[in-house]
Amino acid sequence: MDVLLAVGTRKGLWLARSRDRRQWEVTGPMLPLADVKAVAIDTRSGGTRLLAAALDSHFGPSMVISDDFGATWSEPDDAPIAFPADTGAALEGVWQLAPGPENQPGVVYAGVEPSALFRSDDGGRSFELVRGLWEHPHREQWFPGGGGKALHTVIPHPVERDRVIVAMSTGGVYQTADAGTNWKPTNTGIRADFQPEEYPEFGQCVHKVAMDPTEPDRLFLQNHGELYRSGDGGAGWEPISDDLPGDFGFPVATHPRRPGVVYSFPISSGTRFPEDGRCRVYRSEDSGTTWQGLDNGLPEDGYWSAVLRDALCCDDAEPAGIYFGSRSGEVYASADEGDSWRLVARNLPDVLCVRAAVVG
Amino acid sequence: MIALAVTVRLPSVLRELANGAGYLDASGSTLGEVLDGIGARYPMLERRLRDEQGELRRYVNFYVDGQECRAIGGTAAPVEENAEVMVIPSVAGG
Repeated sequence: MDVLLAVGTRKGLWLARSRDRRQWEVTGPMLPLADVKAVAIDTRSGGTRLLAAALDSHFGPSMVISDDFGATWSEPDDAPIAFPADTGAALEGVWQLAPGPENQPGVVYAGVEPSALFRSDDGGRSFELVRGLWEHPHREQWFPGGGGKALHTVIPHPVERDRVIVAMSTGGVYQTADAGTNWKPTNTGIRADFQPEEYPEFGQCVHKVAMDPTEPDRLFLQNHGELYRSGDGGAGWEPISDDLPGDFGFPVATHPRRPGVVYSFPISSGTRFPEDGRCRVYRSEDSGTTWQGLDNGLPEDGYWSAVLRDALCCDDAEPAGIYFGSRSGEVYASADEGDSWRLVARNLPDVLCVRAAVVG
Repeated sequence: MIALAVTVRLPSVLRELANGAGYLDASGSTLGEVLDGIGARYPMLERRLRDEQGELRRYVNFYVDGQECRAIGGTAAPVEENAEVMVIPSVAGG
């Protein structure tokens, strides 16, 4: 059993492979010059398919696929993700590539900029715009956050195939229960501290949402200020940052099997740095009520970096591996659920996303 | 409009999308028509040059016989018989 770790950066993609998750063979850069905000490792059909979003600063966005661990990449002749002519919109980037549930092995979702959702039914070769969300009456009121007007989070329900959660900056969280025809905002309790109406129906600057796969109605959400949880599928949210050394941050990730286990990399809202320059991943084992700082093997001080929204993830091995990459180009891995860490790579460009999975 | 024969000169970074060719024979009376023709033969190349709505990529410059096309109409820029269209990535990235 190997674990494959994919690292998307501001300038290229790296892959790392390991049998013990302690010694890693790192290869790259692949897709040089491309800003890789999204990568996915899809193992649902028995093989290993890599999907990567590649944004070239000159030549625009694309999406590429590899079925041979990155040795070769292919791109369909026809643009895999493109806005239909009647929308008047043009793809500016792909922020999320999310394989669907196990019972829909061909389904892949793409969250893009400008904020929209696309769906593929052929494993990511071709996508169609999800019209129900694009035509939502709220869309005209979504506006760009600091990174762009993007739909950056897509969470297909693991069992109920018609249910999908998306999140965007700004716009907030929306959900469908009918495979994308109708969408409703689910942001009750999430603060928008950048506007006069602090608890609007929608418009929040949500940075990331993660679902507890063992209890899909338990959700965690890193907002632009404050980490939240929901126990009712997003109908309501409550803040859970009190025990953390910072209420700002970008990523949040959940354990693949242990209920209520969640990971965060908090930073200060005032400085946008880790508190006191300490590099720590925080883990909660009680759905965010209490937190434990994890720093065995991580830099003790002088860490003036941050972890972006998709640059923290778990693998599906036993015990779970935890991974993060930083804006300063380091990638760390833990083979013991966060108790200890090892450096996988350093001196990379800004890490934008990491994904890891058990492969053949 | 009469489709005029033109030559399109590609930067090295894009040539693999045209089977390695540095020069393409094309036709059209405007830059847009020339790109339409390229898109029919090399769709991956064409979408490096303009988006799905037909807008030229912001950081790709096109020179029609030495004239920067945005100053002479963008995709509507006229091309003449035997014109050369140069494609040059602009200053961007880091």
